[in-house]
Amino acid sequence: MSTLAYDGTALLGRQLRRIRNNPGLLILTQTTPITMLLFFGYVFGSAVAMPGTEYRAFLVPGLLAATASGGIMTGMFQAAQDTHRGVTDRLRTLPVSRAAVPLGQAAADLVVTAAGLIPFLLVALAVGWRFEGTALDALAALTLLLLFRLACTWVGILLGLASRNEEAAGQLGSVTFVLPLLSSAYIPTENLTGWLRALAEWNPISALTTALRDLSGTAPVPTDAAWPVTHPVAGTLVWSAVLVALTAPLAIRRYTRG
Amino acid sequence: MRGLDLAVAEGTVCGLLGPNGAGKTTAVRLLTTLLRPDGGSARVAGYDLVREPARIRRRIGVTGQDSSVDGDLTGRQNLSLFARLHRLRDPGGRGAELLERFGLTEAADRPVSTYSGGMRRRLDLAASLVRRPEILFLDEPTTGLDPASRNQIWDAVRELTAQGTTVLLTTQYLEEADQLADDIALVDRGRVAHTGAPRELKALIGSEAEVVVAHADALPGAAAVLDRLTGSAPAFDHDRAAVRAVTRDTTLTLPRLVRELDAAGVPLLDASLRPPTLNDVFLRLTAGPLDDKEHAA
Repeated sequence: MSTLAYDGTALLGRQLRRIRNNPGLLILTQTTPITMLLFFGYVFGSAVAMPGTEYRAFLVPGLLAATASGGIMTGMFQAAQDTHRGVTDRLRTLPVSRAAVPLGQAAADLVVTAAGLIPFLLVALAVGWRFEGTALDALAALTLLLLFRLACTWVGILLGLASRNEEAAGQLGSVTFVLPLLSSAYIPTENLTGWLRALAEWNPISALTTALRDLSGTAPVPTDAAWPVTHPVAGTLVWSAVLVALTAPLAIRRYTRG
Repeated sequence: MRGLDLAVAEGTVCGLLGPNGAGKTTAVRLLTTLLRPDGGSARVAGYDLVREPARIRRRIGVTGQDSSVDGDLTGRQNLSLFARLHRLRDPGGRGAELLERFGLTEAADRPVSTYSGGMRRRLDLAASLVRRPEILFLDEPTTGLDPASRNQIWDAVRELTAQGTTVLLTTQYLEEADQLADDIALVDRGRVAHTGAPRELKALIGSEAEVVVAHADALPGAAAVLDRLTGSAPAFDHDRAAVRAVTRDTTLTLPRLVRELDAAGVPLLDASLRPPTLNDVFLRLTAGPLDDKEHAA
């Protein structure tokens, strides 16, 4: 296990150095939620029934959850890049613990995600969102957010390792952009038609969004909704656990077998 | 793979030569633990491929056809990462040493994505040598490189074998195999068709004698002489008024060929006795040519 920690740390360092050398992608992924907050908040905000400030505050937890789900895209993109540029092959011929490479990638992603929260939350405060929970609520919200991000990253790593080429991974990655559209991240789900509403409420992003809205005091937990939404903390934990349990072993297996 | 039997002596270079799709790259991927064999057995550096892959990984270096260094990292960062993963005490120091050795010191702190093809390949080779490997696998290490970069890679390989490293080289360039390899294994359709030193393989084919005469009427006379000297059936090229025959007789020289033809009254215009190239060997002993670009393996 100590080899895993050692190799994982070395590979975490690799990912962070890559980002430092080539910050373009990082800047893009970090500024996207801010742009969306401003765009949705002021453009869509003027068209929805909620008052503007209220809609922007409603959006903040949703965008946090949507950004967390972007772990699928970044995880897939990086794993596909490594696989199709030969880096994965080089690492697999080295005496490196098999799980260390995907683990290092996932760990680096968590560091970057956590750091990216700061500018986003500053902008969120500037447009009128307030965190009204306790310090414990904040810690719980952060934990749920990072846990869900980690789960999404594993899904992405598996898809990236299995991808046929970098372009295919890029195309599939852009599809993940629609996932938050079918959740409560940007809109209240109560008014959706039956099957669409069920789909949106069972979307893991909705569970996290509801949990974050509840913990931050933005909006209460709905009472009439699917189980992951009426029990958002448990719902997020279960969804994250299920995603990790399904994809992490497969990703490591895929990595080992080549 | 249909049964590729291969034994390589320590400290030598074995060239794996074969048409595309013959299984060279598959062989390298199997032996470097990148692929799991579904049958058969192999020992690399004395360890069993299936049961002890981790021990093998500590003792090998691999440079594949495609660059396998991280383009977003600098040359220096790449090498120290690999040195760290190899558990070297001074990863930075070893990296600097290799950068110097491969003439990359000046570019050391630039991202690899800005390197030229030759620089990338040199860094790739350096990355395979971070911990001096017992066995170095080179899968078409100079494909697409300019002659200067190619020579640098060749020099590095010679230096390594002088220090006792065993090299398994696959290549499309027969000249490369001729220059570097102590032994050559011709691979065809997943199995080894022939093995031997380049000289032995060439002897297997024999030299080709070609005679050009003044007019086609003189061809039978010339053919009779060639037949007697080479002991093989001559082939005619009526358009060029030429006749060719293959000989494995190493005592046959060009002056003797010319004298005998002259003595027989053949109106000789041109004569040549050409030792075979590895290309001839290759074409004769395997099913396909080397130079189509598909990589089915």
